[in-house]
Amino acid sequence: MNLNLKVWRQDSPQEKGKMVDYQLGGISEHMSFLEMMDVLNQQLIDNGERPVAFDHDCREGICGSCSMFINGEAHGPVKGTTTCQLHMRSFNDGDTIFIEPFRANAFPVLKDLVIDRSAFDRIQHSGGYISVNTSGNTQDANATPIPKENADLAMDAATCIGCGACVATCKNSSAMLFVGAKISQYALLPQGKVEAKERAQNMVAQMDSEGFGNCTNTGACEVECPKGISLTNIARMNREFLDGSVNS
Amino acid sequence: MSTKKQKLSSIGKKVLMALTGFFLMLFLLQHLSINLLSVIDADMFNEVSHFMGTNPLVQYVLQPILIFSVVFHFAWGIYLEYQNNQARDVKYAKYKGSANATWMSRNMIISGLAVLAFLAVHFYDFWLPEINVKYIQGDMSGMLHGTDHFRYHEELVAKFANQPIRVVLYVVAFVMLSFHLLHGFQSSFQSVGFNHSKYTPIIKKLGNLFAIAVPIGFVIIAIYHYNIHPH
Repeated sequence: MNLNLKVWRQDSPQEKGKMVDYQLGGISEHMSFLEMMDVLNQQLIDNGERPVAFDHDCREGICGSCSMFINGEAHGPVKGTTTCQLHMRSFNDGDTIFIEPFRANAFPVLKDLVIDRSAFDRIQHSGGYISVNTSGNTQDANATPIPKENADLAMDAATCIGCGACVATCKNSSAMLFVGAKISQYALLPQGKVEAKERAQNMVAQMDSEGFGNCTNTGACEVECPKGISLTNIARMNREFLDGSVNS
Repeated sequence: MSTKKQKLSSIGKKVLMALTGFFLMLFLLQHLSINLLSVIDADMFNEVSHFMGTNPLVQYVLQPILIFSVVFHFAWGIYLEYQNNQARDVKYAKYKGSANATWMSRNMIISGLAVLAFLAVHFYDFWLPEINVKYIQGDMSGMLHGTDHFRYHEELVAKFANQPIRVVLYVVAFVMLSFHLLHGFQSSFQSVGFNHSKYTPIIKKLGNLFAIAVPIGFVIIAIYHYNIHPH
């Protein structure tokens, strides 16, 4: 298939970027989207141009590295997938495809489609953990009874890979789905209860200081999340946070 | 883990939006209930209007809370919209908002500003004349000038009979209010942390019912008074 690509090119964080048109032929519908990008880059290298920089690692939807905004949607048009799991059969011969980085002031573009998501790391560092003494006296995991329902919900929240699609797709660039998932993952388990109040306060404070927008409950994040993280996690975060605010 | 406290968090901001929203929705129900009386029985409408217009609890406690909620909900909504816009300086070349969220949820600022514009008209029509008569001219009697019967029903009818432009304006405004409520009702519950596998679907249905029935109620009243009197 032949494609008309419009790709965001930006040399450095300081430079202003722009959309650049590329014609690409000989693409098989069996290729993954990132393989199509590899073909584009080979063509650019052959022409003596700089290849398009983009993040990728596992290429099986687990690592959360890939981060393209494709035709107006985070990770492209297929629901519940990351960009690396998207295949060219989702497109038609002759299509024009817009390829942009995840955009938010909290995620500055480093180069082309590569963004700096360390804001998420700093949010995690501010409370996305439990303080456990791991000096060799580790307790048997099954010694603490946990309701199956809660274990399942915590596991659902923990499937968040931190890719940032929620921020990218949100009209307000809000990070509440990510933070909601990270808070819920611990809030639902007895081990997380000990520091629950501090965790919600600290992670929300860090999120706010990173310059993400405010959530207006449009639900776009939930739809675009490759892991299907639910809005109930945001409501749980709100409860945890409000509990910590009025009940500290 | 030590605690970092901030003055007003992003969650605090949305809770304030939700709480004033809840109050305004209750106000809508109360306003609609009284207006419906104007269709059922003119005397009853007059009695209740007079009570609402002169009762000290309503005038000096509920009315200030209402004015505060209205002003706050608008100002805060506009401020948050501005702040949210600031979170993404470089906009997408292509952004398909309809793929993952409703028009209503993405355009609360449009439906909200439309309701604000309507309020200006509505205040000019009813609220300012009412304040003028009661508190500037000092006539708290509620009587039609030079007569011994209440003025409220006649004033209401005069605004709509033979006034097609005003009726159309009201209809458009209530369509926008309906859009606002279609997202706002259920969104308020989510903001205060209420999300339940059993009750949230009910709240969403209830919200849709509220968002459609309440504006239709107001529209019916306007159209009724437009039609009932000979043109």
